[in-house]
Amino acid sequence: MNTPLIILSYLILAPVTGGLLTGLDRIITARMQSRIGPPILQPFYDVGKLFSKENLVVRKAQNLFIIFHLLFLILTGALFFCGGDLLLVVFAFALAGVFFILGGYRTSSPFAYVGAERELIQMMAYEPMLIITAIGMYMTTHSFNVLDIMSSGKPLLLQLPGVFIGFLFILPIKMRKSPFDLSMSHHAHQELVKGITTEFSGPTLALIEIAHWFELILILGIILLFFPNNIWLGLAVECAVFFLVVLTDNTFARLRWQTLLKAAWIATFVCGMGNILVLSFLK
Amino acid sequence: MLSEITFLIVFPALVAIAIYLCPKDTLRHWLVIIAAAVIGVVSVACAVGVFKNNSFYFPAQTIWADKLIFALEALLSLYLIREGIKHKRPLVVGLVLVQIITMTFLEFFSGHPIEVQNNLFIDKFSAIMALIIGIIGTLICVFSIGYMKDFQHHHADQPDRRPLFFFLLFAFLSGMFGIVFANNLVWLFFFWEVTTACSFLLIGYTKDPEATRNAFRALEVNLIGGLGFVIALCILTYCIGTIEMDKLFAISKIAALVPVALMSIAGLTKAAQLPFCDWLLGAMVAPTPVSALLHSSTMVKAGVYLVLRFSSILQSTSVGLVIALIGATTFLITSLIAITENNAKRVLAYSTIANLGLVILCAGIGTQQAVWAGILLIIFHAVAKGLLFLCVGTVEHRKHSREIEMMEGLITSMPTIATFMLIGMAGMFLAPFGMLISKWAVLKALVDVCPLLAVLVAFGGAANLFFWVKWMGKLLLAVNPPTGEEKDVSREEFFSLGALAVLTIVVCALFPWISTYYIEPYLYVFYGHMINISGGNITIMFIMLGLILLFPLMSINYDRNTKRVAPYLSGINTDTPGTFKDSLGNSRPYAMRNYMMEEFFAEKKLYPWGIGISLLLLIILVVLLFI
Repeated sequence: MNTPLIILSYLILAPVTGGLLTGLDRIITARMQSRIGPPILQPFYDVGKLFSKENLVVRKAQNLFIIFHLLFLILTGALFFCGGDLLLVVFAFALAGVFFILGGYRTSSPFAYVGAERELIQMMAYEPMLIITAIGMYMTTHSFNVLDIMSSGKPLLLQLPGVFIGFLFILPIKMRKSPFDLSMSHHAHQELVKGITTEFSGPTLALIEIAHWFELILILGIILLFFPNNIWLGLAVECAVFFLVVLTDNTFARLRWQTLLKAAWIATFVCGMGNILVLSFLK
Repeated sequence: MLSEITFLIVFPALVAIAIYLCPKDTLRHWLVIIAAAVIGVVSVACAVGVFKNNSFYFPAQTIWADKLIFALEALLSLYLIREGIKHKRPLVVGLVLVQIITMTFLEFFSGHPIEVQNNLFIDKFSAIMALIIGIIGTLICVFSIGYMKDFQHHHADQPDRRPLFFFLLFAFLSGMFGIVFANNLVWLFFFWEVTTACSFLLIGYTKDPEATRNAFRALEVNLIGGLGFVIALCILTYCIGTIEMDKLFAISKIAALVPVALMSIAGLTKAAQLPFCDWLLGAMVAPTPVSALLHSSTMVKAGVYLVLRFSSILQSTSVGLVIALIGATTFLITSLIAITENNAKRVLAYSTIANLGLVILCAGIGTQQAVWAGILLIIFHAVAKGLLFLCVGTVEHRKHSREIEMMEGLITSMPTIATFMLIGMAGMFLAPFGMLISKWAVLKALVDVCPLLAVLVAFGGAANLFFWVKWMGKLLLAVNPPTGEEKDVSREEFFSLGALAVLTIVVCALFPWISTYYIEPYLYVFYGHMINISGGNITIMFIMLGLILLFPLMSINYDRNTKRVAPYLSGINTDTPGTFKDSLGNSRPYAMRNYMMEEFFAEKKLYPWGIGISLLLLIILVVLLFI
């Protein structure tokens, strides 16, 4: 397949799948709470409605940051699915995240400020694990290229079990799920106003939602990287992981940032670095 | 080429003397500006000169040059000894005495005088360093004109010693040019000591007790490093029989390793690595241009330059690995400590130490890719850090505080300076800017050699991300309406800041070119094969850079279809910014403060660890030398 075609299909499929998954998430969550839940297309209805709303801002420039957040997320995803350099993907991903955080700061509202700071802490918590994942992939396949990793055909999960577990650990952070949904949550019951998104409204909030769909697909893509030998197995594991994350989301309360940082770094250190250590000894 | 090189070493020294003798402020300022322009142009000419040929070596054999250098060195030592006695610093006196006695012995009584073929040289690495010194260093000098006027205004009670200040700045530049162009290691050592002495005087410029104490600390640490250098020179003279840098690469690696390791220790002290980093933090008491100079284009860069020079000898030796470990430890620990700092200059200082740690790490690993990354790090760091220090200095004079918390809303009160600062910070850690390109290269270089070190870099990188973004956020956050505080920033200051900001971006855009025509040919000499950086990734970097540059363009007119409202405060908004009415109808203030994470990364907790680990590594290093 040629690159423009991949990018085009990515641009269409990623938000659609991401939106559907979010809808599915809401149904599963509802069932776990003995509710029926919304239709699966509800996220799309929500976004559509948001676009028809008035765009209220506290500071003029704040929305621009969100546009760039979305832009760079799309770029990151495109880079990943076109088989680009995994380290570069991680860095571009961080850039997109930084735009979101700076947007939160720019709103100059105390609640958004707390949200932005927490988002930043989360980022510091998961960033090393993402890089270690890339390093682990390199050590097993001798390439940072997503395309090379996928075409290596090796059962990477068997060589990188620690990295995989470490990655699963930071997954709730990126998916904004309990117990690590410190900066903003989809559940009203444990939210401090609306975290980092407090002062974003209307179309801009819709963009944040869409950006999250892209983000979700990218993370699921990285999980798939652990299964170059068998994509179907990968997809099956992905479904299981998705269910697991939704389950934890509904069974755990939010943790304090101190616990988050400690837990994430310890997990990264023990599982991720341990795995790397073993690999470099075996080499 | 010889004339250009000699010019770059001698001219700043002559200018320094002229400035010192110059009676009038205006005349002196023009002298600084003209000299800066001349030095800048000549350093560019040097870089152009080596474009086609890889390197030039010059005998520059004159008896008087050797004698002059020795005489100046003796004078310098006498001066330092006098200062040491005056301030009752036996350590300083002792170290200087040992050095000068050894050097005298080497010069006159070493028995068999060593024939030096080439005293000076220039290659592509030297040319890059010369560009950094000649452009960034002189921009800082130009900036100092406006800054020191303010500084004198703020410290009206003290005598005006600005002639001395500018004298030292230019003498410093002269010393730095000497370091990068010297092939004779005895000459290099002389210039090395010149920078040590200049930094000592610049740090102690204000003459208050704290400044004097910190200046002496800097002097002591650097003299200890200098001692390593002197021992290396002795070994070179008596055991190896050459004091020329290029000959060192020709002899066997094992023979060269001991002197190289000793010189690397000298490099570690100058590059302010753990456990020696204390002096650079103390250097903060000096006027800000001094910090900018020490951190970006001179002093610390001399340290990493020397270690990076010898990295092909350090490659895959246990000595190299220990040096790399010292660098990695420094990077990780100082990055974490920077999170807990609120003093802007200290954050910058810790970040400098951290990034130099990364360069040292690269030098210790010493593979082609690592050295490539290390040179890029030096370039990008020099530009961005120079810019950041000068910005902080400018803000400090207007806000009368160095605290990051006081910089809240800078984007509205001093929009231009804040934008420059944001560019500088983005340049320090964000894709697709310079430092990140190099960090990426560092990671790639490490995974092949020592993946574990790459993991340490990953953790340190995350800490970097945290403290930079939280600072950027602080600048963007605006509660109070604009005040317009940057009107009185002088033209010279704006010029330097603007030039550095543009350079930060331009260097990113030019980096593939710099790499192809300067860094890779330089590395080819030592490693014999070309490095290959994937063209596709560079294209992607450019796409990202282009996108980011859209940001300021779009922000010019971005308030269509939006309605401005007051932030939600869980109460009634009032007309005064920064307050709200609570449920009892009382007006209450609100404020936003950063997380400092004292409980995790407090300096008090981590610093001793850093010192402990690095001391241990240093002891291992010394033990390795004896075996």
